[in-house]
Amino acid sequence: MPGLGTSFGRGGATTNQQDLANSDCIVIMGSNMAENHPVGFQWVMEARERGAEVIHVDPRFTRTSAVATRHVGIRAGSDIVFLGGIVNYILTNEKWFDDYVRRYTNAPVIVHEEFVDAEDNGGLFSGWDSDRRKYDVTTWQYAGVEVHGAAGQREQGFKGSHVKGHAAHGAHGGGMSSGNPPERDETLQHPRCIFQILKRHYARYTAEVVAETCGCSVAEFEAVAETLCRNSGRDRTSAFAYAVGWTQHTVGVQYIRTASIVQLLLGNIGRPGGGIMALRGHASIQGSTDIPTLYDILPGYLEMPHTERYDGLDDYIDRSSAERGWWGNAGSYMVSLLKAWWGSAATPDNDFAFGYLPRIDDDHSVYWTVEQMLAGTVKGYIIAGENPAVGSANGKAQRLALAKLDWLVVRDLVEIESASFWSDGPEIESGELRTEEIATEVFFLPAASHVEKEGSFTNTQRLLQWHFKAVEPKEDCRSELWFYYHLGRKIRERLAGSTDPRDRPILDLTWEYPTSGVLQEPSAEAVLAEINGSDSDGKPLGSYKELKPDGSTSCGCWIYCGVYTDGVNQAARRKPRWEQAPVAPEWGWAWPANRRLIYNRASADPNGKPWSERKRYVWWDGRKKKWIGDDVPDFDEQKPPDYTPDGDAKGPDAISGSHPFIMQADGLGWIYVPQGLEDGPLPTHYEPHESPFRNRLYEQQSNPARQTTDLAEDPYSPPGSPVYPYVVTTYRLTEHHTAGGMTRFLDYLAELQPAMFVEVHPGLARERDLRHGDWATIVSPRAAIEARVLVTERMRPLHVDGRTVHQVGLPYHWGTRGRTTGDAANDLAHMALDSNVHIQEVKALTCDIRPGRRPRGAALPKFVRDLRERAGAR
Amino acid sequence: MSTASYGAEAKPRVGFFTDTTVCIGCKACEVACKEWNLIPSGGLEWTGESYDNTSQLDANTWRHVAFIEQPKPLRVDADGADPPDGQPEPLRWLMESDVCKHCTHAGCLDACPTGALFRTEFGTVVVQEDVCNGCGYCVPACPFGVIDRRDLPRSPQDAPLALPLLGTKEDGRVWKCTLCYDRLKGGHEPACAKACPTDSIQFGELDELRERAQKRLAKLEGEGWNGARLYGDDPGDGVGGFGAFFLLLDEPEVYGLPPDPVVPTRHLARLWRTTALAAAGLLAGVALAFAGGAE
Repeated sequence: MPGLGTSFGRGGATTNQQDLANSDCIVIMGSNMAENHPVGFQWVMEARERGAEVIHVDPRFTRTSAVATRHVGIRAGSDIVFLGGIVNYILTNEKWFDDYVRRYTNAPVIVHEEFVDAEDNGGLFSGWDSDRRKYDVTTWQYAGVEVHGAAGQREQGFKGSHVKGHAAHGAHGGGMSSGNPPERDETLQHPRCIFQILKRHYARYTAEVVAETCGCSVAEFEAVAETLCRNSGRDRTSAFAYAVGWTQHTVGVQYIRTASIVQLLLGNIGRPGGGIMALRGHASIQGSTDIPTLYDILPGYLEMPHTERYDGLDDYIDRSSAERGWWGNAGSYMVSLLKAWWGSAATPDNDFAFGYLPRIDDDHSVYWTVEQMLAGTVKGYIIAGENPAVGSANGKAQRLALAKLDWLVVRDLVEIESASFWSDGPEIESGELRTEEIATEVFFLPAASHVEKEGSFTNTQRLLQWHFKAVEPKEDCRSELWFYYHLGRKIRERLAGSTDPRDRPILDLTWEYPTSGVLQEPSAEAVLAEINGSDSDGKPLGSYKELKPDGSTSCGCWIYCGVYTDGVNQAARRKPRWEQAPVAPEWGWAWPANRRLIYNRASADPNGKPWSERKRYVWWDGRKKKWIGDDVPDFDEQKPPDYTPDGDAKGPDAISGSHPFIMQADGLGWIYVPQGLEDGPLPTHYEPHESPFRNRLYEQQSNPARQTTDLAEDPYSPPGSPVYPYVVTTYRLTEHHTAGGMTRFLDYLAELQPAMFVEVHPGLARERDLRHGDWATIVSPRAAIEARVLVTERMRPLHVDGRTVHQVGLPYHWGTRGRTTGDAANDLAHMALDSNVHIQEVKALTCDIRPGRRPRGAALPKFVRDLRERAGAR
Repeated sequence: MSTASYGAEAKPRVGFFTDTTVCIGCKACEVACKEWNLIPSGGLEWTGESYDNTSQLDANTWRHVAFIEQPKPLRVDADGADPPDGQPEPLRWLMESDVCKHCTHAGCLDACPTGALFRTEFGTVVVQEDVCNGCGYCVPACPFGVIDRRDLPRSPQDAPLALPLLGTKEDGRVWKCTLCYDRLKGGHEPACAKACPTDSIQFGELDELRERAQKRLAKLEGEGWNGARLYGDDPGDGVGGFGAFFLLLDEPEVYGLPPDPVVPTRHLARLWRTTALAAAGLLAGVALAFAGGAE
């Protein structure tokens, strides 16, 4: 999310899957799209049939590789080197899209004179504080931009992500603190201009370094770089598609940043067939960040208030809104949100109930919470739609944490491992936990499935699609909406009549939703209407441009404003594509403002003309004096291309008519990110937290800003340990869904992949005496698991640093319950995290693999411990 | 094959064209088929045969996706040159969704003594589950090994005859793909084709599918696809052409398909002729013997 957010302004995919069919080249990396997004993959196949190149760069040869025009195998965890190599290839061979780079990106901007690049500092940028393990970002800023000293200091004084305003979570970048125009060098020659910094930074990412670090050949790498460049420019466009194969690393956000740089240099953002397709792993993962289940943002990526920040609403708005760009309207969005939640109780006199909002005071992310559970400070936990005992890194730590709780609520379709850990978890078998000694009171609440309730999914491309109820939920199964509505209703009934001020935020909530049927199911459409927002007469709003900061409008999520235009559920539209325009604007509804391809102002040149006839999309109509085209223009419709803001302009008016990235304070695509990221303004290769190799590019081994735990339950293998010589990567199969709660319990899916298995190359099988079809034990410093052995040429060995390295492939769907059972791959994983998003690194760690089944009972923890001690892992 | 007996109710013959070059092995066809046709689970055995755990078409698997890993390139240059230096050893992973072929001359149909198997108005071959008596004559009559008798696990309800509760019992009937006869009747395409995300499984009128397949093959040949060929599109083959035919990337045997399937009943006339000849010879011998004895 912050990778795209800081680069372009919004934390969502820049394009949609249908538009991939218009690509001339699609690079799929960090994703196994054919297996995990088979329906969306039809447009990749359509592009291939039209002659597009489909390149899959991945540690494994998967079902995606099988239908790609080219597969390149690389070592898990080395992607920044490969992508950085492409950046270097573009710059060395002068393949960048010159007009696009000069006019639409921050390449000409000059950076602070005290900035020191990682290139000149052993892999660390200027501002590194080794005691706090954090960066002070002051020297990363643009030259001539004044940093809010006090705010900067205060905000960086906390653990977690605390840079300025919205950029804190990087969902939308922007947020420059000053209205001063940055210093630029239009010739791109100034030594401190971003273009020159970029050149120096990636100079060492040569094809040879790529080959030696990633394990592919120079020829394979150059073929990819050449194909990508050949299919980019005025007439041709290339797209990237990625998924959690990029995000689940201790430097994952920077993987996405590197691709963003490539796409900006090649001029592929905001254009048909271009873009970066962020593939989300569940039906509504995009929706769960838009209307967040995350602790540090409010709906529409508004910042969550902090206990030690903001004296009141005005202070919050002042500090969290950029002076320039669309975030200049943050006040309207925030006040409308408060009105949606507290209605008539939110008045100008009480700061629109701003004081009612909960405050955060620390990192409250999921792994932090697990640590607190282990420490005994978090005593209750509600798990809904998650199965951390199988799906989260370091399964043992997860289960030990659950066993320390006073109470636990699990809402799921079936009794998953997170609800049953106390009776059949691996620690019961090994004797590390005893059922009679676990005091956790577990409440299992059966959930209704998606066919048993109505509501919307916000899919991977920001598209809201409504689904209708097909059948009533069985027995005690209930929808999420039912559960939370009635829970809130009962709490409010208990508190009714209370005079305690702390109960006011709950009692003043707008909590009236029509219910129907025997179950008293609340109306999901009424919730959608509240999210969409309305004016003071209750009339549904049509666009976020109608939102006001004076309390006359309400809106539950400003980016969703318009989904209920004219009182019609726009997400429920299902007009077939052959009855409408090519981008199918009448199928569902996409945020923002039903735009399908965002930043599409960039599909025209600075003068507003299409870059080429073949790639025309949105352009300036000089006669009508407006932007028109195939999609909703992602630009002020009336703003002419030659518009130049005067120095005092604020908000959207401060964006030039030729700057397409309207959410950014300067309207530019950010090749270099001066603020908004915890671990550097330019992506830099660091080895995974656990790696068999030393970092051959820098002295700094791993991401210095990564988050690690001090837990005894979470030991790590030292770099290059011979005890854990293999790279292990985890993944999903088409046949199962994530932690398996939705698939392992179904006959028709369980039978298609009926056992946990491990994929190894014949060479590794020989090396470790593994036999196809027999069992193997895979061991890390945290755990040992067993799996059936699938020997396959698809796990190609790689040649890294002059030696052969084998990779071990593990699907992570299995647990102790269901029609098919098996050990959980995530038990092997550690809890080191990316510092920007607190995501675990399960795509690249180290292990050993041995023939035969793992030890049973108390012998199992002893086996793991003995190896760990031999490796010196702590 | 003829649907002439349907008179005005006869429909154009329909079938499948399964294009394996766009198959992504998602198995949605297998699941959609089972869901729609309420087919029992096939069991939870892990086979180790690449990603294929259903192994074959049988009574409980009417769509089966084969996975074949090969040290061959997916495409070859027009001049058949080896990959350039620095490129990895060639590797490809073929996937193919197999199904009943709905033969023009269907051995199963010819062998069925009860009339349970019949030719529908769409030209497809369907078992009537309420007529089949489980004789099993059709099973060896299929040159592809598609049609199969269903075994069911024994349960306590089977007592006392099922005691001890070991092994399996016969459902007593044979099962195979119906080309979703019920869906066709309702004007819908079969469940597998409906579920296929990449249009690897194409449903339609057979004549049109054959034309489409020829064009597709020509395009793939032009693009250098390694081993592209049609399988079962020829009305002159041993079963008179398949109602469900395929575009493959290697010899049929690689996919577990017979290279030259022949409907057994095609030999009937010859067999009877030979039999008649033998009988005649025998009779002649006997007659001769008698004739000789009379001397």
